[in-house]
Amino acid sequence: MSSVRVLVGTRKGAFILTSDGARKRWEVQGPHFGGWELYHIKGSPIDPNRLYASQTSSWFGQVIQRSDDGGKTWNAPGTKPEDLMGSDSMPKGESNMFLYDTSAETGKPLTTHQHYDGSQRPWEFKRVWHLEPSLTDPDTVYAGVEDAALFRSTDGGRTWQELAGLRDVKGNLWQPGAGGMCLHTVMLDRTNPQRIYTAVSAAGAFRTDDGGKTWRAINRGLKSQYELPDQDADVGHCVHRIAMHPSRPNVLFMQKHWDVLRSDDAGESWHEVSGNLPTDFGFPIDVHAHEPNTIYVVPIKSDSEHYPPDGKLRMYRSRTGGNEWEALTKGLPQENCYVNILRDAMTVDQLDPCGIYFGTTGGQVYGSADGGGSWAPIVRDLPAVLSVEVQTL
Amino acid sequence: MIRVVLPAHLRTLARVSGEVTIEVNGPVTQRAVLDALEARYPMLRGTVRDHVTQKRRAFVRFFACEQDLSHESPDMPLPDAVVTGSEPFLIVGAMAGG
Repeated sequence: MSSVRVLVGTRKGAFILTSDGARKRWEVQGPHFGGWELYHIKGSPIDPNRLYASQTSSWFGQVIQRSDDGGKTWNAPGTKPEDLMGSDSMPKGESNMFLYDTSAETGKPLTTHQHYDGSQRPWEFKRVWHLEPSLTDPDTVYAGVEDAALFRSTDGGRTWQELAGLRDVKGNLWQPGAGGMCLHTVMLDRTNPQRIYTAVSAAGAFRTDDGGKTWRAINRGLKSQYELPDQDADVGHCVHRIAMHPSRPNVLFMQKHWDVLRSDDAGESWHEVSGNLPTDFGFPIDVHAHEPNTIYVVPIKSDSEHYPPDGKLRMYRSRTGGNEWEALTKGLPQENCYVNILRDAMTVDQLDPCGIYFGTTGGQVYGSADGGGSWAPIVRDLPAVLSVEVQTL
Repeated sequence: MIRVVLPAHLRTLARVSGEVTIEVNGPVTQRAVLDALEARYPMLRGTVRDHVTQKRRAFVRFFACEQDLSHESPDMPLPDAVVTGSEPFLIVGAMAGG
């Protein structure tokens, strides 16, 4: 029988939740890295024992952790005794080094971006928000970081190189959102290894078709009348999350700061599909594992009140690829609930029926084993949840 | 031998318990102590001072002999008591609420 492993990153450590395919009884392991912020943990699609984790702290900075046994043991890549020695016989210890590309070869002096006060600031690394393992190579992994940039490691997380062409796309107009200027979404296309999508808050969505050398903004159709002086600007939009179904990589769904949008042409143009949602502000968006037109969002009251409308925690599902939405409430609190669900804190498994999981800033992780029809808390009292991923084993 | 006391999270990261002791060749300064510490425990690189600028991270403090040395030059000699090993060099996570 299949099983699932849910990887939960929180403000104070990582937790691993496991269950058999029935997804009724759960074992909770953790905290791993207690006291640290775990922004994201994700497993390799082709080697499920290979996990990558972003461990970060306002005090002590960024650490990348890797597990090769499904989360039982962890190491910062490159710091085991056998891989410490560099060519000069000195330990390298470079796995947590994210240096923006300023090399003469690529001719990229460190560029600047817009700060809150309108001034220009140079890029300064703060943390890794999202780790996206390659679809084909367990040693290759992408990291979306703050200040917004995309890095890639091809040696299992020991060393990282920036794909600096992304910052060429009007990077001087990018600006931090309230959570910082972060690259939070990295999507790989199974049908086209050269194509990568990223999303940045607050800059927008971007696409490369040459493996990351050159990029362009794909924000046509986004309207940000409350956030930008030019609501149709090329860049500057506060995109919160993008999702796709792997079988239909040209169809993208977006939860923007306000508005839920859809693209049917790989991001060339977008149109709004918020439809009858009670509010179209929110953070996560995801697609059903077996129904490419079934999507999920969690409406949040507003950008100044980061909690559900009316104190009712409601997942909304559209079976029509947007516009027509139904509330999913069975098993979710329908009074006095004022938690938020962050952008990386929702995911779907590959079982049938499809399982859906999300974590809240109140420390609950909810799961549904029937495509969202009914919900139950897997665990209730974790630290604030930053990210939720699931592996179907 | 120089005695160094790490904050709890960095002890966990370096997989040590209690004080660590390190050899420093030449003048014993903050920079020399941190260089030797990072050479011995490479997983600590970037956690105490920035990879590029080598500046102390904002929420990290350096104490020794009941003095706050955080704002001293990294090349200033450390107190004799640290050099002789009678007092440790303390790396401290700054107080912050929440």
